[in-house]
Amino acid sequence: MSPAGLVPVAGAVLLAPLFLGIIHRTKALFAGRSGPPLFQIYFDAIKLLRKGCVYSGATSWVFRLAPIVAPAAALTAFLLLPQGGFPALVSFPGDFVLFVFLLGTARFLTVLAALDTGSSFEGMGASREAAFSALAEPALLLCLAVAVRESGHLSLSGLVGSVTGAEWQRAGPALALTAVSLLAILLAENARIPVDDPNTHLELTMIHEVMVLDHGGPDLGFILWGQALKLWVMGALVVGMFLPGRTGSPWLDGAVFLAGMLALAVVIGTVESTIARLRMTRVPQFLVGAGAFAVMALALVMR
Amino acid sequence: MISWFLTSIGVLVGSGIAAWTVGRTRLSTVLGASGAVLACTIGGAASLHVLVSGASQTLRLPWHLPLASLTIEIDPLSAFFLLPTFLISALAAVYGAGYLGAAAGQPERTGGAHWLWFNLLLASMAIVIAARNGVLFLMAWELMTITSYALVTTRHERSEVRHAGRIYLVAAHVGTAFLLVMFLLLGDRGSLDFDTFGAAGSRAAFASNLIFLLAVLGFGVKAGFVPLHVWLPEAHPAAPSHVSAVMSGIMIKLGIYGLLRVLPFLGEPPLWWGWLLVLVGLVSGILGVLYALAQHELKRLLAYHSVENIGIIAMGMGLGLIGITRGSGLLAAFGFGAALFHVLNHAIFKALLFLCAGAVIRETGSGEIEHLGGLLKRMPWTAAAFLIGSVAISGLPPLNGFVSEFLLFLGAIHAVVAPRLPVAIAGVTLIGGLALIGGLAAACFAKAFGIVFLGAPRGNEVERARDAGGLMRAPMLILALACAAVGIASPWILPLVARVLPAIAGARIAMEPEVASAGRSLMGVTLTAAAFLAWMAAFAILRTLILRGRERRVAVTWDCGYARPTPRMQYTASSFAQPILDLFAPLLGTRVAFMKPRGLFPARSSLETATPDTFRERVFRPLFGEMDRFLARFRRIQEGRVQIYVLYIAATLLLLLGYQLMRNP
Repeated sequence: MSPAGLVPVAGAVLLAPLFLGIIHRTKALFAGRSGPPLFQIYFDAIKLLRKGCVYSGATSWVFRLAPIVAPAAALTAFLLLPQGGFPALVSFPGDFVLFVFLLGTARFLTVLAALDTGSSFEGMGASREAAFSALAEPALLLCLAVAVRESGHLSLSGLVGSVTGAEWQRAGPALALTAVSLLAILLAENARIPVDDPNTHLELTMIHEVMVLDHGGPDLGFILWGQALKLWVMGALVVGMFLPGRTGSPWLDGAVFLAGMLALAVVIGTVESTIARLRMTRVPQFLVGAGAFAVMALALVMR
Repeated sequence: MISWFLTSIGVLVGSGIAAWTVGRTRLSTVLGASGAVLACTIGGAASLHVLVSGASQTLRLPWHLPLASLTIEIDPLSAFFLLPTFLISALAAVYGAGYLGAAAGQPERTGGAHWLWFNLLLASMAIVIAARNGVLFLMAWELMTITSYALVTTRHERSEVRHAGRIYLVAAHVGTAFLLVMFLLLGDRGSLDFDTFGAAGSRAAFASNLIFLLAVLGFGVKAGFVPLHVWLPEAHPAAPSHVSAVMSGIMIKLGIYGLLRVLPFLGEPPLWWGWLLVLVGLVSGILGVLYALAQHELKRLLAYHSVENIGIIAMGMGLGLIGITRGSGLLAAFGFGAALFHVLNHAIFKALLFLCAGAVIRETGSGEIEHLGGLLKRMPWTAAAFLIGSVAISGLPPLNGFVSEFLLFLGAIHAVVAPRLPVAIAGVTLIGGLALIGGLAAACFAKAFGIVFLGAPRGNEVERARDAGGLMRAPMLILALACAAVGIASPWILPLVARVLPAIAGARIAMEPEVASAGRSLMGVTLTAAAFLAWMAAFAILRTLILRGRERRVAVTWDCGYARPTPRMQYTASSFAQPILDLFAPLLGTRVAFMKPRGLFPARSSLETATPDTFRERVFRPLFGEMDRFLARFRRIQEGRVQIYVLYIAATLLLLLGYQLMRNP
């Protein structure tokens, strides 16, 4: 553990909402709108933190637990993930399993909070989230298994940054398959198009948004920030795992990493602008497809 | 220390008989339960001593039965299984005293006999774990089956309970038949003492393979490997909940214990043994959790989750076996270590969940998930305990379920980087399978906890429910605390698990460095989990500070402007599970009876789904039907007159005599 490890954690906490802002700006550009300000998520979160709270009479402490667990889990996941040239605070063999299941704990409580309201809409969202994540989780871990097999490293600190330009030349197809698969999982896990549309206005068509329909005030602020953190942490995983080029200077690597994150945000915005949302019954196929990509990549690296 | 163990058995038998003679009174409960607690304390101390000191204790007495001797031993492997046995049993006994007594408005239905059976079940389980002779083992094994049968059929006035009991008895005896043959093959050197099994000379590969398969089948019935699991979802819902807790938490693990005990006798395992266990575990895990998702009854759902968790344990054992075959201490240590750790963890959280389910059923009179809801406000302690059990069984950090699954993941990751392709493929299979099982288990327990305890009540019974009394509440809280404690303190529990490993994997594979590395990883998990809890506390405090002095209102749940929401409009357990069940429909064979609303003025409509066990319906029922038809042909020679039977005996003797004369003229 070194204090320098806190720099990227603090950076992520501050920059995560901006990542969403860039996605929104990209989408606005495609649609020919001027779009919301880059810092809109900050304004929203601050506005929400200044409000009081309203709870449904049907809910219990489980409903109030979820908004705490979600950002806490994302923040804890940051402890395991090196970003840019900065090392992770905690690193041990197999830490990526903990990384994945920490996000699982947050999701489990979010699903329970949705069921706590007794609303059919939220039950529907909870049911979809549980079903889709059960498919996304194996795909994510299989992707990480590809990287483990390819690099021989057993921890996130080894996996992130292990891919160099030479590695891309040697095992390009397998890495590309894994990257596509990871990107698909990232979109699904973070409620993005083509799996879920964060901007949809009909409860029946939502997944994540409908689960947090009854949250308000500071709770919703926590949830928004937590969502942004989760998107950032998974994005940082993708960027860290596949971006070649390490200079050795943490600040320079940090800059490269931020450029990678910026590019990823633009890619996500582009995907959201150019791909239609999938029908709900097609989402499992999308996720199984991501898993199949990971299995193909495994077959390539295990030759 | 062996005298302590014998004392504990003696107290169990004595208190059981005492409770029985007292009859159907409150005193019998006091005698039976306190005897069980006392015996479990003594026995638990003895087994903890063996586990910590690592020194085995043996007792050997002659016995005037062919091939039999009264040999018992407590080595670290036995002690590791005895410890949760005594712990869970003691808590279940306390709970049982509250559960059976004064069931709202009913007279004491089950008295002394119940405690006789219960304490004898505990004694027989302890003897199974300590026995070192085939005859003694099988006798204790059978006693365990019979006593648990008597307990399963406690409410024998209900026909479905009698039916469940019969299925259990048949399955258990089929399993024992395999074990009988297995012991006879193991004892081909003229003794059924365990210490002669593995010793002199090596067995032919064919014999070893046969013994292994018989062990997997025979012990697999008790453990609940798919497709031998069919008795579990019948027996667990029928039994009183503290009995379910003991059966699911401990008794089925004795199948795992038996396998672990027999494996070292069989010499060098070929690769396919490991693969067989990996695949059996994978199938049990995935089908177990899918069937659980499809269930509408709480205890039946939990029973299928036992199948799932036994699958995870089998996967660990399979990985360990592959490790032994390949001479890799790494895989052996992680595989068997994860399996053993999961045995302990599953005993804790499954017992907890069954106890909570019992409290719910006792209060509401129903385990039908669709009829419950909103119980958290009426049974806060039970709900909190059930939530902790749910997080633990879903394998989510920071509780104990995650720790053992993490060890198995870690073993699989080590397999992935192994240079040999078959090992790497096994690793990938484990990772994918475990992740899928984990995700589905989380979905299933979101359903179980969410629909039963959250939201608004779906029936009148729920409105009247009150929380469990002290005798029932204390065991639940202790187990819930144990889930958290084992999850956080895993680096310090690992050495106890590691002490068992040499007995399974043999001394020739060095495992100390691997265990040390696993310990470092677990320390990392503990550190991170502590950070997680700290973040949660920080956010909770932050929210309290933010909300201080602000407005706090209570309103209705957002209902799209509809003015009269009713609890019946809530999402149901069936609808919650439907997307997953649709996805895996070919595996499940769910029957749907849907009457759509028809006509201009639709009045009646209904939807019913049921997911009967495919293996019971499609495999065992036809199989036993065919066997019945085939065997019916032989009824001709069984025609009921004793004289004819005497003739058969005489004819057989004559034939044997003639055979002997021809061989040695």
